[in-house]
Amino acid sequence: MRAAVLMALFLLVGAWPAPAQQPSRPVDELQVYEVASELRCVVCQNLSVADSPSEMANQMRAIVRERLASGETPAQVRQYFVERYGDWILLAPPRRGFTLLVWLAPLVAVVVGLALVALLVRRWTGRRRATPPPVDAAMSERIRRELEREP
Amino acid sequence: MRRRPWRWLLPLTAVPVLALLAYGFRVNPRDIRSPLVGRPAAPFALTSFEGAPMQLGALRGKVVVLNFWASWCYPACYEEAPVLERGWRAYRDRDVVVLGVDIQDKDEAGRKFIRDFSLTFPNAPDHSGKVSVDYGVYGVPETFFIDRAGAIRVKHVSAVTDQVFRDTVEALLAEPAPPR
Amino acid sequence: MIPEAGTGALLVALVLALYGAVAAAVGGRRGRPALVESAQHAALGVFALLTAAVLLLIYAFLTFDFSVRYVANNTNLGTPFYYRITALWGALEGSIVLWAWLVSIYTLIVILRHRTSARQLYPWVLTVMLTVVAFFLVVMTMPAPVFSRMMPVPADGRGLNPLLEDSGMITHPVALYLGFTGFTVPFAFAVAALVTGRVGDFWITTTRRWTIVAWYFLSLGLLIGGWWSYHVLGWGGYWAWDPVENAAFMPWLTGTALLHSVMIQERRRMLRLWNLALVMLTFSLTLFGTFLTRSGVIASVHAFTQGSIGVFFLSFLALVVLVGLGLLAWRWDTLGAQGELDSVVSRESAFLLNNVLLVAATFTVFFGTVFPLLSEAVRDVKVSVGAPFFNQVNVPLFLSLIFLMGVGPLIAWRRASLENLRRNFLWPIVIGVTAAALFRLLGVRSILAVVTLALTVFVASTIGVDLVRATRARRAMGERALPALGGLLLRHNRRYGGFVVHLAILVVAVGVTGSQAWSVHTETTLKRGEQTELGGYRIRFDGLRESQESNHGKVTGTFTVVNGRAAGAVLEPAKKFYPQEQSPIAYVDYRLGLVDDIYLVLGDFARDGTSATVKFQVNRMVSWIWIGGLVLTLGTVLAVLPERRKAA
Repeated sequence: MRAAVLMALFLLVGAWPAPAQQPSRPVDELQVYEVASELRCVVCQNLSVADSPSEMANQMRAIVRERLASGETPAQVRQYFVERYGDWILLAPPRRGFTLLVWLAPLVAVVVGLALVALLVRRWTGRRRATPPPVDAAMSERIRRELEREP
Repeated sequence: MRRRPWRWLLPLTAVPVLALLAYGFRVNPRDIRSPLVGRPAAPFALTSFEGAPMQLGALRGKVVVLNFWASWCYPACYEEAPVLERGWRAYRDRDVVVLGVDIQDKDEAGRKFIRDFSLTFPNAPDHSGKVSVDYGVYGVPETFFIDRAGAIRVKHVSAVTDQVFRDTVEALLAEPAPPR
Repeated sequence: MIPEAGTGALLVALVLALYGAVAAAVGGRRGRPALVESAQHAALGVFALLTAAVLLLIYAFLTFDFSVRYVANNTNLGTPFYYRITALWGALEGSIVLWAWLVSIYTLIVILRHRTSARQLYPWVLTVMLTVVAFFLVVMTMPAPVFSRMMPVPADGRGLNPLLEDSGMITHPVALYLGFTGFTVPFAFAVAALVTGRVGDFWITTTRRWTIVAWYFLSLGLLIGGWWSYHVLGWGGYWAWDPVENAAFMPWLTGTALLHSVMIQERRRMLRLWNLALVMLTFSLTLFGTFLTRSGVIASVHAFTQGSIGVFFLSFLALVVLVGLGLLAWRWDTLGAQGELDSVVSRESAFLLNNVLLVAATFTVFFGTVFPLLSEAVRDVKVSVGAPFFNQVNVPLFLSLIFLMGVGPLIAWRRASLENLRRNFLWPIVIGVTAAALFRLLGVRSILAVVTLALTVFVASTIGVDLVRATRARRAMGERALPALGGLLLRHNRRYGGFVVHLAILVVAVGVTGSQAWSVHTETTLKRGEQTELGGYRIRFDGLRESQESNHGKVTGTFTVVNGRAAGAVLEPAKKFYPQEQSPIAYVDYRLGLVDDIYLVLGDFARDGTSATVKFQVNRMVSWIWIGGLVLTLGTVLAVLPERRKAA
C-alpha cells in the first residue's frame, strides 16, 4: 500500500511541467535577492522570499525579477507588494508612524540604561567622600564578609 | 520610609507585558486584513482548463465570485467546492459569475479536482502565480466577491459556506448596475 | 498497560512534588529540619518516578507500542532505531517530559551538593525547584498528557517529522534544555536569598558554576540549532531571528550579562539588587521561550502548539515574574546601593556598560518579537518584524560589545591610569587599525566587515598582550615558556577560561561576518551534463536516481565538482517523499571547508532525469561558527575547573 502511494507521488512529480528557464540577467540577480530578502514569504514562518524554498516564494521571486527587469525601482517593487498584502509583507516594518517605535527601541534602551548607570555612578562617587577613615571601613567590611560566609 | 510605596511599581510593570501576551491568545497570526477591499479588482487574462479565455474585464456589470484553490488544499477546498458549484448553478442566470483559479498546482491534479466535484464554472490554472500575488493571496482557499463596478468588496479567507455565498452575493446584486 | 503505568507514575510524582515544595517551605520557615528532610525524600521520589516515566516512554518507542498516542504520532514502523529514542523529545508532550526530568536531575544534584553547605537557603531552594517540577508535571498530566491512550490501536504510526530525522535533532533540544533548566538553580537560590533575607554574596558565589554551565549549554544549544538549520532546512542560513530563536537568545544575552556582573559583585560588592533581578529575568525569559514555542501566540517555524497549553505557561510565567518582582520590592531596603565607583575609566565601568548593552539588546529583541502583537492590539494592523530589522539594530550593539571584550579584561579596577591604558591598549589599537587598513587593501569592500574584523583583531591582540606579559613575568622567575603558560592557565583558570571563551566569541563573529559579507548564491536549471559556475567552483549535473528508504522515497540528483581543489567531489542533494507529509522535504548536500562550503539544494526536476533546477551556494567562513563552538567548550571547561588555590 505504501509502495503504491509512493509510486503515485513519483508519477505526480513527473507530470509536473518542466521548470521554465530563468531569464539570464546577471546584473539584476543581486538586486532581486536584495529586494526578495526584504519581503516575507507568505506561506512560510518568518523566512524571506529570497531564502524560502517554497513554490510560492519561487513565483514571488520571479515577479520581483520581472518587475526589476522592466525598469521598476526596488522601492516600487516593494510598494507593489505592500499595496496587495499590507505592511505585513515587509520583513522590516516601515520607519514611520507607529512602527517607528520598534526602530527606536534599541536607542531608547541604551539611553535609559546609560542614564541609570550615570545616576548610580554619581551616587556612588558622591558617597565615597562621606565614608569613614579606611581602618574602620576595612574592619566593618571584614566583619560583614565573615558574617556573610556563614551559610 | 518615604520611598516605600514606589518599589511596588516594580511588579506592576510586568502586568502590561503579561496582558499583551494574554491578548495574543485572541489573535490568529494567519488572519491578515487585505488592503485591497474597496479597491478596483486587478484585471487578469487566464486560459481555462478547457482552453477558453477567462478575463475579468469582460465581466463588468456582473457580480464576480473569484475563488483561489488548489487540489492539495485539504480539507477546506474540498469543503467549499460543492458550495461554489451550488452557488454557481443557483445564480448564473442572475448576472453572477463564479470563477476558479488553481494556484501552485499541477494541471493533472487540478483537472481531477474539477472532475471529482463536477464543477461547471470556469476554472483556470495560474502557473506563474502572478494573478494570485496580484490579489494578495497568501493561502488557499481565498474568495473575492467583486461588485458590478469591478471593486473588491469582500475577501473571504478559508472555506466559503452556503450562507456566506448567498448573503454576500444577494447584497451585491441589490446594488444598481454601474452606467456603461 | 504502559499508558496507565506512566500516567500513574506522573500523578504520584506530582503529588510528591507538591508535598515536597510545601514541606520544604514550612520546614524552612519554622526551622524544622525533619520536614525539610522529608521534602528531600519527596524530591528523590520525584526524580525516580520521572526517570521511570522516561524509561517507560523509551520502552514504548522501542517496542512500537502504538497504544500510546505519543508513540503513534511520532514514529512509525519504518523509523530508524536511534530516532525512536530521540523521538522522546520530538514533539510537544515529550519535550515537557524532558524538561521536567532535567529539572529533577538538577534538583538531585542540588541536594547532593548543597544540603549541608547552604543550610539556610536550602529549604527554599528545594521549594522553588519542586514547584517548577510540579508545574511541568501538571502540564504533563492535564493539557498535554504524554501517556494518553490511542484507541483503537493503529497498525502503524504517523512517523517522525522528517525535518527532525537528523543528528542535530538528537542533540539540539537536549543541549538547549540543559541550558534553560540549568538557570532554575540560580533562580531558586536567588528566591531563597530574598525570602531568608540573606541577600549578600553567598547565594551568588554558590551558583556561579551553575550559571556558567547553564550558559554554556544554552550557547551550545543555540549553535547546534544554527547548525541544524544550516544543513537541514535548505535555505543556507543558520539564524533567521525567528521568534522562537529569539526566545532562546534572550536568556543567553541576560545570562552573559549575569556572568559579568557577578564579577563586580564578587570584587566590589556592588550590584546586588541588579544581580538578583538579572537572575530572575533570565529564568523568566526561559519560561517565556517555552511559552512562545507552545502557545502559537506568535507565528514561528518552531511552533508546535496545542490547545490550552499556552494558558498554563502564561499563568506560570506570570506567577514567577510577579513573585520574583514582589520579593525584590519587599527586600528593597536591604539591597540599597552601596557601591563605590572611583572613576568612569575602570573595569567596573566596562562591566556596567557591558550589562547596559546586553540588556538593551535583550530589550530590542524582546520588543521586536512582541511588536506584531502590540501593533495588532493597539491599531488592529498586522506587521512583521524579521531578520532585516534585527540585523540592523543589533549590529551596533554587538560591535560595541566586541570592543568591550577587548577593553574589559585588561583595564584596571577602580581607576585606570594613563600608564595602565597605554601599557595595555597601545599595541592592540595599533594592530587593530593596521589590520583594518590591510583588510581594505586586500579588497574587503564592506565597511561593516572591515570594522568587525578589525575589532576582532584588536580584541585578540589584547588577549595576546596579556598572555605574553604574564608568561614573561613567570619566565622571569625561572620557568620555561610552555610550562609557564600552562601553569598560568591552570592557576588563573577563571580568567583564562574567560579569555578562551572570548576568543570563541571572536571566532564565531568572524564566521558570521564572513558568511554575511562574502557568500554567493544562485539558482539555475541544468540539463544533464551541463555545467554552471559560482564563486570559483564549477559543478556539473550528472543525473537523477530514485530509491526507497525505510520510511520514505527519495529522488537524488548527482552533481560533480569539476575544478579546483574540490575537483571530483560528488554532491547528492535529494527530495524526500514521506507518506505522511504533503510536500517533499529537501535534503541538502554540502561540502564543508574551512573557508568555503559548497551547498546544493535540489529544486524541480524532470521525471526522465534530463534536467533539474538547483539552488547553488558557496557559503564562506560558516565553518568558523562551529569551530567557535569547540573553542567555547574548551574555554568553559577551563573556567569551571576547581580552583587550585583556596578562595581568599
